[in-house]
Amino acid sequence: MSACLEIRSLSALLPNGQRVLRSVSLAVQPGEVRALVGESGAGKTMIGKALLGVLPKSVRIIEGEMLIEGEELSRLDAKARRTLIGARTALIPQDPLTALNRSRRIGPQMTDRLVRILGWSGERADKRIRQLLDEVQFRDPQRVLKCYPHELSGGMRQRVLIAAAFAAEPRLIVADEPTTALDVTVQKQILRLIAELQRDHGTAILFVTHDLGVVAKISQKVSVLYAGKVVEEADTAALFAAPQHPYTRALIAATPRYTDPYASLKPVDETVLAGLTAEIAAADKAWRPAHG
Amino acid sequence: MLVTLFGVAVVVFVVIRVAPGDPIAMMLPPGASDADIARLRALYGLDKTLVQQFFIWLAGVLHGDFGTSISLRQDVLGLVFNRLPATLELATVALLMAIAIGVTAAILGARSRGTAVEAGIDIASGATLSIPDFLWGLVLILLFGVLIPVFDISGRVSPQLDLPFVTQFYLVESILRLRFDLIWDLLKHMLMPAVALALPLAAIIAQLLKQSLKEVLDLDYVVLARVKGFSETQVILREALKNAALPTLTLVGVQFTFLIGGTVIVERLFSYEGLGNMAIDAVINRDLPLIQGIVLVFALLFVLVNLAVDMMYALLNPRLRHG
Amino acid sequence: MDEARTSRRGLSPRLWLAGGWLILALAAATFAPLIAPQDPLAQDLMLERLPPFWLDGAESGYWLGTDSLGRDLLSRLIFGGRIAFIVAFAAATSACLIGSALGLIAGYFGGWADRFISRIVDIWMAFPPVLFAILLVAVLGTGLSSVIIAIAVIDWTRFCRVIRAEAMSQARMDYVESARIAGYGRIGIMLREVLPNVLPSVVALLSLEMGIAVIVEAILSFVNLSISTDDPTWGSIIAEGRLSIHQAWWVLVFPLITLILTVLSFSQFGEGLKARFDPVLR
Repeated sequence: MSACLEIRSLSALLPNGQRVLRSVSLAVQPGEVRALVGESGAGKTMIGKALLGVLPKSVRIIEGEMLIEGEELSRLDAKARRTLIGARTALIPQDPLTALNRSRRIGPQMTDRLVRILGWSGERADKRIRQLLDEVQFRDPQRVLKCYPHELSGGMRQRVLIAAAFAAEPRLIVADEPTTALDVTVQKQILRLIAELQRDHGTAILFVTHDLGVVAKISQKVSVLYAGKVVEEADTAALFAAPQHPYTRALIAATPRYTDPYASLKPVDETVLAGLTAEIAAADKAWRPAHG
Repeated sequence: MLVTLFGVAVVVFVVIRVAPGDPIAMMLPPGASDADIARLRALYGLDKTLVQQFFIWLAGVLHGDFGTSISLRQDVLGLVFNRLPATLELATVALLMAIAIGVTAAILGARSRGTAVEAGIDIASGATLSIPDFLWGLVLILLFGVLIPVFDISGRVSPQLDLPFVTQFYLVESILRLRFDLIWDLLKHMLMPAVALALPLAAIIAQLLKQSLKEVLDLDYVVLARVKGFSETQVILREALKNAALPTLTLVGVQFTFLIGGTVIVERLFSYEGLGNMAIDAVINRDLPLIQGIVLVFALLFVLVNLAVDMMYALLNPRLRHG
Repeated sequence: MDEARTSRRGLSPRLWLAGGWLILALAAATFAPLIAPQDPLAQDLMLERLPPFWLDGAESGYWLGTDSLGRDLLSRLIFGGRIAFIVAFAAATSACLIGSALGLIAGYFGGWADRFISRIVDIWMAFPPVLFAILLVAVLGTGLSSVIIAIAVIDWTRFCRVIRAEAMSQARMDYVESARIAGYGRIGIMLREVLPNVLPSVVALLSLEMGIAVIVEAILSFVNLSISTDDPTWGSIIAEGRLSIHQAWWVLVFPLITLILTVLSFSQFGEGLKARFDPVLR
């Protein structure tokens, strides 16, 4: 059985020639949660966007392959690719405040993919969405459907977006820092909901985050990204028990523990970063694009 | 708003009364006696002081009496209502065309942002915008009236046609009566003046709407819609257009008043029997009551357009709608 | 950043083209008596409706043909440019001065002065401008000064609105307050701080307004209300051309091209200057 998602040596350039992704390879197996962890600017969001075909036009992919359930995306024409992505994947976005169209009611925004892309009847889509809203613990789904986004709180909107992501039973969900923009109290609830729905629906998730605390709670596998390069890949438990790469060790040391919040935090060691940067620069020099 | 209308009335009144020419002198045959002149002056109320004249006129206006046209010797209100429908139909057709052209160009430009297509639309709209309706009218007359004579370049309707209309809204009425021959004839006359009026507005819509579409297209909810599997055109039509239209709408309202103002000269250019054409004749004939009436009606139209824009803005903005 | 760079790169040629045409037209108008091949007023019924030089039946010396009274079209266009440019400069400058002064007063003093001036602007905006211009010229009597006054009286609002908005935002700034406490003249400070900020917009607007003035003059000539009927103006040639459009298309085509080029040049020249001097873009 092929992997739900497979990325093979993906590299991308910014318009100024700077490399943002450096031969990134990773795979997500069906039903598994893989965390993609790294600092801001490491390129983790870029990977999700490249996969879903929504990279900014200025970013250019120069090599690599992306496969969703064994289908190579670049071999498909634009329409087939769109349909494939729309049918088999979904996105839980970072900021629920800007991810809903303020001039449309919640209901149509949630059902439009089911009806217009997947060809469901409106009735079936409505029923499905109500069921999902129930799963994300809205007491009155019917009322939510009639609301405009500004009538809901940030946490409620994120629950709406989670429900919409799971509604079409995608095989893979890209969760792009789904808790970062929320209050700490709401973060826990949202995380729990995603974990619950993931378990119940058996959906694979590529969970993009900068927060190792979140990684520990939700994922089975982790890829650690630094400067557009995967520096370590492991089972989550193994990574926390015995981090192999110096950057991973430094990252873990810099993360607060809920069990001991007052323990002193070590910022990521400068010498570790300097070593990494030099290593990557050397690799960049030696690197030749496979084509072009 | 009422203050604006009142101000317009005062300004027109004052401007006209300080005119050196005497409208009465123009009406009478040479050699009319002083007594005749005085009698006529009294008839039109011109023997009273300026302030008196103004308030007599204003009191009349409030009762729906705009006075009597000096040159046409008819009730001003009747004359205005007789011509207003022609102008309203022309302006409406022009507005619809401007929106159709402008929105299409904006969507096309936003869809292919960063390409030669967008650059082409930018250049075309920039040039179109710089050329006013008067010149567009002349260009169109040359192109489609003389070079390839497909459209009529003067009048509102072919004079030989038998007109069954009971109102002055010829186009509306012929559509309601399903008289396709008349619709075609009216459009053949109306198309070129309407295009001349529409082009500058279309260019403004194209520029503004494209700009705000491009801003909206980078927002998260649009990205989400793309991930759902919608094509770029679908994304623009379903998600982006309505939100991008809001900032454009206010400016289009102001520009539409300019379009209405432009009907004055464009109607003249195409000998289209509307309010503006009559206004120019009224000025040339120094027909004071008629000028006042027409200018006031134009000002009223402008005020109403602004009001309509405010209302549409509230209607399109759910935040305002739900408080 | 990126956009500013590209727009400026694409801008230079348009600044050159627009400026080039304006200089050419202005020079032709200035030296009209020297370069016009014929007397623009001389009628000759033997020479009526001569076509332009490349068509059969053209006479040498009448490059762009003649109108229905046998007057040389090229000479009339060159002389018509004189009035066009005089009106453009005089009317636009007057409108700019009136509008800027009122805008500055409204924006700086605020309160009742602002309310009063803004109200007048509202009233002015409720007039159809072309009808207003025709009305004013009819009242003032035809003639060059009437045309200039009419345009200035109508179009000052454009300048007023821009300057008022800028002056308002400047008046709120702290340095105006501190300068006042330090005893400097308020208006002087305002002028020093407001002018550099609005100058690019005002220059663009001024150039645009010159183009508009040329059009309004043409429209007034077209309805036979501009200068005395003898003097050739672009508008009166167009009016003549509109009448004889089926017999002599060139009488309409050439003044139309001249007008379009001039109006386009004025607006593009203004935009070009604005982009060059705008501190935000630079």
